[in-house]
Amino acid sequence: MASESAQKRRHLRFEIFRYNPEDQESTPQLQSFELDETPYMSLFLALNQIREKQDPSLQFDFACRSAICGSCAMMVNGRPSLACRTLTEDLPELIRLHPLPAFALIGDLSVDTGTWFRAMNERVGAWIHEQQAFDPNAREEPMNDDLAQAIYEGDRCIECGCCVAGCGIANIQPEFYGAAGLNRIARFMMDPRDKREAGDWFEVVSSDEGVFACVGLMACHDICPKELPLLEVHAYLRRRMLVSRIR
Amino acid sequence: MEHIETTDVLVIGGGLAGERCAIEAVSAGQDVVILSVVPPRRSHSCAAQGGMQAALGNCIKAGGDSPDVHFLDTVRGSDWGADQEVARMFAEEAPIAARELAHMGVPWTRVRPGMNRYFIKGQRVEIDEPAEKAGLIMHRDFGGTAKWRACYAAAGTGHALLYAVDSQVVRLGIDVRDRMEVVALIHEGGRCWGAVARCLRTGRHRAFLARATVIATGGFGRIYGQYTTNATINEGTGASVALDTGIVPLGNMEAIQFHPTVLVPSGILITEGCRGDGGYLLDKNMQRFMVEAEPDKQELASRDVVSRHMMQCMKDGRGVDTPAGQHLWLDLRHLGEKHLTTKLREVWDICRDFVGLNPAKDLIPVRPTQHYSMGGVRVNKDGHAYGMAGLFAAGEAACWDMHGFNRLGGNSLAETIVAGRIVGRSVAKFAAGSSLSVNTALALSCVKDAERRAGDWLGRSGSGPGVYAIRDAIAETMIKRVGIFRDGNELEQAVAELKQSLARVDQAVLRSKVPGMNPELSFALRLKGMARLALVTAMGALARTESRGAHFRRDYPLRDDAGWLNRTLVRWPRDAAEPSFSYEPVGLIDLPPGHRGYGSAERIEMTVPITAYNDRVADGQNAQGRQASDEPIGSRMKWGEH
Repeated sequence: MASESAQKRRHLRFEIFRYNPEDQESTPQLQSFELDETPYMSLFLALNQIREKQDPSLQFDFACRSAICGSCAMMVNGRPSLACRTLTEDLPELIRLHPLPAFALIGDLSVDTGTWFRAMNERVGAWIHEQQAFDPNAREEPMNDDLAQAIYEGDRCIECGCCVAGCGIANIQPEFYGAAGLNRIARFMMDPRDKREAGDWFEVVSSDEGVFACVGLMACHDICPKELPLLEVHAYLRRRMLVSRIR
Repeated sequence: MEHIETTDVLVIGGGLAGERCAIEAVSAGQDVVILSVVPPRRSHSCAAQGGMQAALGNCIKAGGDSPDVHFLDTVRGSDWGADQEVARMFAEEAPIAARELAHMGVPWTRVRPGMNRYFIKGQRVEIDEPAEKAGLIMHRDFGGTAKWRACYAAAGTGHALLYAVDSQVVRLGIDVRDRMEVVALIHEGGRCWGAVARCLRTGRHRAFLARATVIATGGFGRIYGQYTTNATINEGTGASVALDTGIVPLGNMEAIQFHPTVLVPSGILITEGCRGDGGYLLDKNMQRFMVEAEPDKQELASRDVVSRHMMQCMKDGRGVDTPAGQHLWLDLRHLGEKHLTTKLREVWDICRDFVGLNPAKDLIPVRPTQHYSMGGVRVNKDGHAYGMAGLFAAGEAACWDMHGFNRLGGNSLAETIVAGRIVGRSVAKFAAGSSLSVNTALALSCVKDAERRAGDWLGRSGSGPGVYAIRDAIAETMIKRVGIFRDGNELEQAVAELKQSLARVDQAVLRSKVPGMNPELSFALRLKGMARLALVTAMGALARTESRGAHFRRDYPLRDDAGWLNRTLVRWPRDAAEPSFSYEPVGLIDLPPGHRGYGSAERIEMTVPITAYNDRVADGQNAQGRQASDEPIGSRMKWGEH
């Protein structure tokens, strides 16, 4: 099972961004650590080893450690990545780790994605805007399974923040919804349970924070750890907005 | 008063159970604050994969399903350890919960009318789903169920549910404080008034006073260290702070579930939906050992039974040896790439990302691993904690107790929503009927106590053990001696080792004294609670001299309904050196104890008539501190409808 490169047992060097805003003596800097590579070593294992054996003050975030919860996004050699599913064998011997840009820093590699995503979800109204209250005695409304699968596709975003961190606009324009926000809009727009109409959506999508703020670099599409089709999401939203104006 | 905030209802935990409970309370007009150690969408609920049990009966293989059948499956799955009234309430409300989630936007997989291809017990089967069911919520097969019942969204069901439920929390503007960890409950004279939380951004403490408090912190799998599917955040905080009260009992802590199919070596869950959709287990000789072991249910017996067969198979030398230990194979190749990349998409991703495998071509290395805590904060059917007015619990953190000694796959997601609805209603009613009459001196002294505990850690010096070494020692004891196969000698050894580990917590020192949240201090503050949870688990397992569900004793291999048809309760009185154990009746019995339909048929029969057993349920539970429920015990039973 183990691939050959994992069995070679390299000696890894880490350069990790350190800054603890709660510590008046702390200044932003890169700190070096060294570690022997083991088979299937993920950055989850590597960072915990560094914290437990070398520097117990190191801050980072993991929860599920299976690429589902979105806690552990960070810059891995300059690329926004989920640390838990990044295997060291896929990286060079020098591994540079920085916190995600575009989010408020909590400390070291830990950033505040929770506040950012809550605010974004509030601003785009990321919930089903239905017209009728739930009737516990009624059978569910049928839905075509292909449509259900299409909605699920967009619903798969785990709000890790990689697309925001990798976005040229989101880094200079904090109000921009980012690819995650646009994807969220598209997910509800295609859902027939959401009764918002073209006019309602136009306000959300065509604002300065919406789809037309994007300049089309599309790093988000390449970076997304869940491989969401963000290119198509952008095209879908622009098409919908144009059509709604022509009408 | 910057150290104190007040609200109507304080919900501890932002996963599915906590959030659904909060929604119910807010909808009833209560103000709610949710405290969560992570942003709520990162809660461990998101990691549930395969499905949510709800008897909608929408596809052909679900034909004839009903809450009655779901009730029966759940009680059998529990090995008769469940409270049958709670199992009833649960099964009745699960279909409503599934439909409510559809209303909230969950993209459930739907029934595709016409010819569908399935794999059932190793055979390719074609089934014509009728047009009148087109587009209704689809089901897949899961272990220990008579019907296809699990509603699902690919293998990301927990994620889809959590995002839908949290979208309602956002919509309702519910106040969620993420990176806030509860370190103590505030209580006086058997009345809970909220909790003290430590901020995981700054390390500062704060009291949250509330008329009602809900523990929804999930399970405590991390007492098994790395030998668990649980997220790093499942450290049993809620159970710990309840145990710390000295009054509130934890129920059935020895009932620990091991999931059969967990990826080797990374310890990541591979959903039961794989076997539900037709996947096989193979030994090293490519033999389907579950066919001989369980001719009827095969791979889809309950999790406790399948895990035991897998362990036995490896003990018999039929496992695959690797440097990371033995494993068996999960074979999904026959399901085909299209099925694997749609209905089991998350499994495909996990195999690719963590072990570089393609499940359409490669076998998946798996072995049983700790997965779920059936036990937890003991509550009555309203979710109200024993012995503590104003304290509630819901979801995996609670022992409600619909799972008894073994939870069926898909019943945990269903429990979070159903319990969130039911307990949320009780919480709102309780909060509306009471006033906040606590003095702030109590809250401030609780904050001071918490600060003193943190200060004590920071003030220690010398050459004591490190906190992570103690954590690892606890984990090794738990996996070696409090695992799938247990016996008296091993458990005695475990208790001795765990007592030692617990004592070492007081000698441990930190190596980092940095200000702020200080990750080492954050962990140190949980460590004593985790050591205590591990110890009460092992002691409960040692005391229970029978085998029931996931609790299997080699030296007492039979289920003993004469001596052990009861629930373990454990309290840790304040300042006591050891916990104290007591037992109560499991609840009213409608379905009499019998053979589950899988696993061993041998057992020791009850010696008292069921009517006599039932007659002493209320008194037996009241004597243990059960709070009066809104309706009397038994009001929700549907006697004999099975």
